[in-house]
Amino acid sequence: MSSLHLTLAVNSVAMGGLLFLLSSGFSLIFGLMRIPNLMHGSFFMLGAYIGFSMIGKGMWFWAAAIGGGIAMALLGGLIERLLLRRLAGQTLPQVLLTLGFSFMIADICLMIWTGDPFQPPTPAHLRGAWIVGDMVFPIYRLVMVLVAVVIAALLWLLVDKTRIGAMIRAGVDDPEIARAVGIKVSQLFTLIFCLGAGLAGFAGVIGAPFLSIYPGLDAEMLPLALIIVILGGSGSLLGAFVGSFIIGFLFNFGQAMFPNLAYVILFLPMVLILVLRPQGLFGKLGS
Amino acid sequence: MTVKRRTILKGLGATAGATALGMPAIAQGAPFKIGLMTVKTGPLAQGGIQMEQGLLTFLKEKNNTLTGRKIELVVADTGGNPAGAKTKAQELIERDKVNVILGPLAAFELLAITDYVRQNKTPLIAVAAAEDVTQRSANPFIIRPTATSGQCSHVMGEYATKELKKTRAATISEDFAFGYEQMSAFQRVFEDNGGKVVKKLWPPLVTPDYTPFIAQIPKNADCVFNGFAGSNPVKFMRSYADLGLKDRIPLLAGWTAMDDALLRSLGDEAIGVLSAAFYSAASEFESNKRLVAGLAKDYNVLSGGYAAGMYIGGQCVEAALAIAGDKSNDGTAFAEALHKVSLKDSPRGAFSVDSKGNAIGSVFIRRCERQGKDLVNKVIKTYDNVSQFWTYKEEDFLKNPVYSRDYPPAKNLE
Repeated sequence: MSSLHLTLAVNSVAMGGLLFLLSSGFSLIFGLMRIPNLMHGSFFMLGAYIGFSMIGKGMWFWAAAIGGGIAMALLGGLIERLLLRRLAGQTLPQVLLTLGFSFMIADICLMIWTGDPFQPPTPAHLRGAWIVGDMVFPIYRLVMVLVAVVIAALLWLLVDKTRIGAMIRAGVDDPEIARAVGIKVSQLFTLIFCLGAGLAGFAGVIGAPFLSIYPGLDAEMLPLALIIVILGGSGSLLGAFVGSFIIGFLFNFGQAMFPNLAYVILFLPMVLILVLRPQGLFGKLGS
Repeated sequence: MTVKRRTILKGLGATAGATALGMPAIAQGAPFKIGLMTVKTGPLAQGGIQMEQGLLTFLKEKNNTLTGRKIELVVADTGGNPAGAKTKAQELIERDKVNVILGPLAAFELLAITDYVRQNKTPLIAVAAAEDVTQRSANPFIIRPTATSGQCSHVMGEYATKELKKTRAATISEDFAFGYEQMSAFQRVFEDNGGKVVKKLWPPLVTPDYTPFIAQIPKNADCVFNGFAGSNPVKFMRSYADLGLKDRIPLLAGWTAMDDALLRSLGDEAIGVLSAAFYSAASEFESNKRLVAGLAKDYNVLSGGYAAGMYIGGQCVEAALAIAGDKSNDGTAFAEALHKVSLKDSPRGAFSVDSKGNAIGSVFIRRCERQGKDLVNKVIKTYDNVSQFWTYKEEDFLKNPVYSRDYPPAKNLE
């Protein structure tokens, strides 16, 4: 294994971590609520912009990341409660509503933050790189993986070990029966939507020091979340986790080895999965 | 979506100004109409908004009156794509009946409308850099007072070999025509001067993370030339520094990759980067000082190449109005006048227009430095009277195919 491959591998893991933060919420929303949330990239971008402005006001980086997440959770909650709720079960109107919101958010961001790209500085204590022989590993990216793993663990605890988690799983498996046995599925919907939006906003701020923030970032991130969820299976956290790292690796190695085919390599697995195993790697049949 | 099209008429302000100066209150006939094609939404919005701001700054300075004629400005947002550009060009020419078009921003937009403006005899002042618009398929209705894609890159190829004594370069730029033309122009001069381009990398236009590409830069390259545009340079330079290359291999840049308008988005990772550009916000030309001050005051932004390009575009309209006089409303006569423009003072300094319609002017080598809290691109060397053909003979230059991904062929790749 050459140093190029090792650098790429480390970077794939870092990218996978960030993608997990983005796609886990998307997966839960898609799995539980059956809403193809086309605003998800917008939550990512708007969260990043808000976090960036907080950092500009002198806020600590991690506090700003959580702030960006909370702001998006609130916005997501509002949209879910006031608008999406009325469209329950109607896929096409939901797609149009979330798509419409994504355009609106993009334009509002352009108005407030102009077209200038922003890149918040990497937090001072995480700057620099570990240099091993010929190779360089930026510390911040390694920390990002750590954050993603911690959040993955927390989500897993929430979904697998708590009562709410049991209700969420029940809702994913069969919403009608879950309702029939007295689970308030509609409250779960709001909770999950807030959580998903919040994670996307948080990911936006965390990713900003190396992705930077600019008009169009939303449209770049949304397809990645889509591929991961189709690959991993909707509603499956494990699927989102594995899918994120698969895409992280495909992205990095695909671009380095076959730059002309970068997007083919990225989307081909999605096509194969859709044809051969439509429920995704870890999704359940019929869900 | 925002308002797609606006008509801006600052009649009141202009009249008040004219009266105060004691000029004749009656304007000569109908106003002269400028159509600005720009991009105010999407990834290209930053440059597009700067184009509008640059032109508005110029018109405000002139009280909306050039050589005694009132100016009416119609702004069209193309959305940054060829189909949008075509639609907006039709609107501007057929409905608004503009006398001259300024813009559009992107090369593929310009290529989509060149034949159309020619058929309609509407002069156009371009910023988009596509080489052949002023070379192999030069259009008598188009001038470009900024630079072709290769114009600044030729100079960087010269500077890197003659001044920096570099011999092994890697190039990296987006996988599209503007990138090919910039990189190939650099390669041609760099290799003609004895250097070798050992690696050429082409990330797609949309690349969330540049690490996979940066990791492929050979460790024994002695310089990296990048030609990124839009918001991409910001991402690229941070990754370049994060991966520890900044201190090992000096980074060279084209004009968009280190545009002054980006400086506020950049941090320490940009310090020391050398770039070749037809404009520098730090230069001392009188009109540039007015442009920089105007943009800072009215919009709180730093002036970059796109704002300067349109300010200069406005100056070209003024100069051509003076040359064409009564015939200015005739598209053919106005286009001929535009080709005769030669300015002593513009934000890029003195320049003239060659027979194919492209500017011959200075190209600056700038080093990014920190002055107080701000980053500036300080001019460290000026190459005067740079033509789009560099030092090559025009006939010979035009006999070769246009710069592309594979021309000139890279013979020294490792």
